[in-house]
Amino acid sequence: MPSLLILLPLLGIIVLNLPLGNIMRRAAFSFAFCLFLIQIALAVFHYPGLWTNQLNAVDTFFKVTFSVDHLSFIVLLSIGIVSLTSLVVGRYTIKDDNDRFNFINLLIIASIGMCGIVMVRDIFSLYVFLEVTAVSAFILIAFEKQRPALEGAFKYIVMSAIATVMMLSAIALILLTTGDTSFDSIRQALFASNNNFIVKLAVGLFVCGLFIKGGLVPFHGWLPDAYSEAPSAVSVLLAGIITKVSGIYTLIRLVTAVFGFTVGIKSALLLIGIVSMLFGAFAALTQNNFKRMLAYSSISQVGYIIAGLGTGIALGVVGAIFHFFNHAIFKSLLFVNSAAVEKQTGTTDMNKMGGLSQNMPITGATSLVGFLSTSGIPPLAGFWSKLMIIIALWMSGHYAYAAIAVLTSVLTLAYLLTMQRKVFFGKLVDAFKNIKETEAGFAAVAIILALLTIGVGVFFPVVFNIYLKAFVR
Amino acid sequence: MIALIIILFVAGLYCILVTRNLMRVLIGLELLTKAVTLLLIVAGYATGRQALAQAIVITLIMIEVVVMAVMAGVILSIYRHTGSLDASNVKSLKG
Amino acid sequence: MILDKLLLIALVFAALWTVMTRSLLKAALGLAVTSAMIAIVLFRLDSPLAGVFELSVCAGLITAVFISAISLMKPLTHKETIALSKARIKRYWFLPVIIAAVACIFSKSAIPTGIRVLPQAVELNVQEVLWNSRSLDLFGQIVIVLAGVFGTVILFRENNKK
Repeated sequence: MPSLLILLPLLGIIVLNLPLGNIMRRAAFSFAFCLFLIQIALAVFHYPGLWTNQLNAVDTFFKVTFSVDHLSFIVLLSIGIVSLTSLVVGRYTIKDDNDRFNFINLLIIASIGMCGIVMVRDIFSLYVFLEVTAVSAFILIAFEKQRPALEGAFKYIVMSAIATVMMLSAIALILLTTGDTSFDSIRQALFASNNNFIVKLAVGLFVCGLFIKGGLVPFHGWLPDAYSEAPSAVSVLLAGIITKVSGIYTLIRLVTAVFGFTVGIKSALLLIGIVSMLFGAFAALTQNNFKRMLAYSSISQVGYIIAGLGTGIALGVVGAIFHFFNHAIFKSLLFVNSAAVEKQTGTTDMNKMGGLSQNMPITGATSLVGFLSTSGIPPLAGFWSKLMIIIALWMSGHYAYAAIAVLTSVLTLAYLLTMQRKVFFGKLVDAFKNIKETEAGFAAVAIILALLTIGVGVFFPVVFNIYLKAFVR
Repeated sequence: MIALIIILFVAGLYCILVTRNLMRVLIGLELLTKAVTLLLIVAGYATGRQALAQAIVITLIMIEVVVMAVMAGVILSIYRHTGSLDASNVKSLKG
Repeated sequence: MILDKLLLIALVFAALWTVMTRSLLKAALGLAVTSAMIAIVLFRLDSPLAGVFELSVCAGLITAVFISAISLMKPLTHKETIALSKARIKRYWFLPVIIAAVACIFSKSAIPTGIRVLPQAVELNVQEVLWNSRSLDLFGQIVIVLAGVFGTVILFRENNKK
């Protein structure tokens, strides 16, 4: 049954691309919409009958075990939500019909790649689906062929290829010690190998490759250019889910299930997490471009997730996973709002804007909810996950890091408040006196995401009992 | 043999870091991929798992073809916009 | 034994030539030659299928992609080429030095054979491994080739409306 999540979309793409004329182009949007809706529904309601391997014919087609556990459910839910958001944003912001059809196809391929990453239990298949996601991301960034977007895509390709080479070398070295590539046998072999030099080198290389893919400092060079110059719908997808699944989810899965929390890994994760937090926050303070500021903010929030993972205790890991989900929601919300603003005003320069919430009230209000959640203001969702991470840092003895995390939260509030003030509050700028609110569908997506953030925050005890308790082993 | 693999890695990395021409970045990445291919096969030979290593290498070569084709497409589009292949074309975004 | 050593040295020179040659076309050809020599090395390491793949795909297909992409771009004028090549020598003379140093440091290590790993279940050959236990990778290859087709069509198409 889990393999249907990657088989159905592939069949759908093949059918959509048959030369049957225009009817297929119009059907593409509805097909993708239903697909992601089904994925969200399946991930929220864990019907046991559907998730265990009962459709034997389909699963023996692959002769490999897909396994889904609680971490996979949360990530599949995030993938569904962000892909749906990106689909709707793409419908309203991509003008050309051909471009929109290509966008929907590539979006479905990226979703196949990400679902594959989440469900495999073998390190080389993980690499294959990582590359599927990466290739579709390259093409998505570059497909409108504007010159800054091509530049961003080029930098992303080069850094991603270097990360690929590092990860493959690590797989080769792991083959030297294991002889097999599935997660279980690697864990056994690493446990039995007494930490000799080759094993340490392999783990270090692989983790460095994942840092590059996840856009952490000091490997973040491609991230601001790629996020800010990509088309709006693609920025939502990139920031909301692609970077996180490629880099952060794989780190969480590998560190908890395969490599183990050794002292070296924990201190590396903590150090890079804290540095990313600080660097992202400071760099975002100085930006004038809306999307570039959001890109640096993403680096900062991902630093929180990695720092939470690096504590090594259960509370930290749960906080990291919860912050992963929250970041998918509120970062997509902020990027949706920046897409709406860019569509109506034609610019992303924050200094030229002002007082937009008089003409675009829904965008202004949802942006307020998004930025409060990012800074960790109670009772929104971001508050709980940041609290868990900060408490975990304190409990594991890293008092200085906990203090830095609190400081970064204040900085986050500062730069996002500046953004809100510059763009939405204040006096309406003359040049934009006649702009209207965006279309109903666009605004509906923003409202749904804002309600999700508020709901998850207010009903946090319920969410914790149902979804997160399973992690506290 | 180990020396050879490290030499290929060094040559590929040097090519990427030092070049002013966008296409040479592609050539450098290809050299890095060849080094990794050799490393995988050597690992397979050393442990007796040649079948697994060959299966991995075959999949890897297929993926690399697609990545190289997309990268060549991006470089071609950059060339059509700016008319030159100089690396200064991809340094205009700052910050 | 002597043939193997000669092969490795020739491979080093081919890679060096690929990086340091002046013209882009010659670099692409150098890449093809390097791929061919690597295919021969793979044959010697008991991996015939991987060698065949490397030869046909890398030395054939990728070189074709390269040369078709290069031919779509116009070459530099003569003056620009001379000016560029003078600056090149200054940047590139480092490489043979580094390579000689690396070769001296690492030349003593040979391939270790017979490393003991977890015991293998059953003796398989490549075809069975690829089709039976790695079928998920084949699925991934199909998807990535599909994505590559989309990418090639989108990126290589002439832009009539800018």
